[in-house]
Amino acid sequence: MTPLRFAIPAVAAVLMVCPPAAAASLPGDPQRGASLYETRCGACHSLDANRIGPSHRGVVGRRAGVVPGFAYTQALKASGLVWTPSNLDRWLTAPTSLAKGTAMGFRMPAAQDRADVIAYLASPAVAGAKRPAAGR
Amino acid sequence: MTDQMRFIDRRAALALGTSTLSAAGVLAVLGVATPRSAFAAGAPTQDVQLLNAAIALEHEGIAAYQIAAESGLLTPDVLKIGITFQGHHKQHRDDLASAVRRLGGQPVAAKALSAYATDLGAGSLKDQTGVLKLALKLERGAANAYLGLIPSLDQTDFHVLAARMAGDEAFHAATLGNALGEAIPQKALIFG
Repeated sequence: MTPLRFAIPAVAAVLMVCPPAAAASLPGDPQRGASLYETRCGACHSLDANRIGPSHRGVVGRRAGVVPGFAYTQALKASGLVWTPSNLDRWLTAPTSLAKGTAMGFRMPAAQDRADVIAYLASPAVAGAKRPAAGR
Repeated sequence: MTDQMRFIDRRAALALGTSTLSAAGVLAVLGVATPRSAFAAGAPTQDVQLLNAAIALEHEGIAAYQIAAESGLLTPDVLKIGITFQGHHKQHRDDLASAVRRLGGQPVAAKALSAYATDLGAGSLKDQTGVLKLALKLERGAANAYLGLIPSLDQTDFHVLAARMAGDEAFHAATLGNALGEAIPQKALIFG
């Protein structure tokens, strides 16, 4: 085998094991994340109401499929996922790849956008208990 | 009776009791089943699941415009625009439902209008500006939702359908933003 013929599969193997840059490793801006959350996630999600998707307050660190009153797909209920920043990053990158059969198809391709939204969801204002007056 | 006439009749009826919409005051029902029933039935394909989520989004949009129309907060001209946009969402719902049926699935049903009113915080709407801001938030979000959905859909036909619906939602958002006096975005690639 020539060096070149050896190098090509070696590079391919490295690419297979090294994931693309993940948002979980990027510093996130929760303020920008709040704005992105409203414009990108807000059609389906609210912090305190189950709508098209489940409510998000306290989502970081929570097991998937456990928000009371929301009708999850079997795919998500059986996923065994915990919403760590890393898993949220994978979820926002390609939800149907992480839990085949989920009802969520929305993808957020930019790693910085994902990092900012995750930082917002993890921020004290969102991670705390439900605010009584919040309707959406 | 046209949709617009129905709206005006129902709005007038509601106006007898209250000038703003409360969750308890909204008893009109779009449907009785919740998404739970459809999602639990069988093992739908991935596209059926995703298209049903889009139908649920359209149900909410239809309900939001219904709530707005019945609130008594809109001027006749704005009401007319809202009814037109609601009609677009009904067409979206019907096209998506047809797609789900073609795939052998069951389209998800709407929730009760009162449930949408609660979820959307409709009780806090006090004037037309508040209604328009809520509508803009939902329409802008819907445009982004459809654009973000496209790469997850399997069938090319559905890519096109979702893109066309994103275009409609962007049109709605632009109209609402203009009504609210929002500045035109200076950067391109406004959605997605």
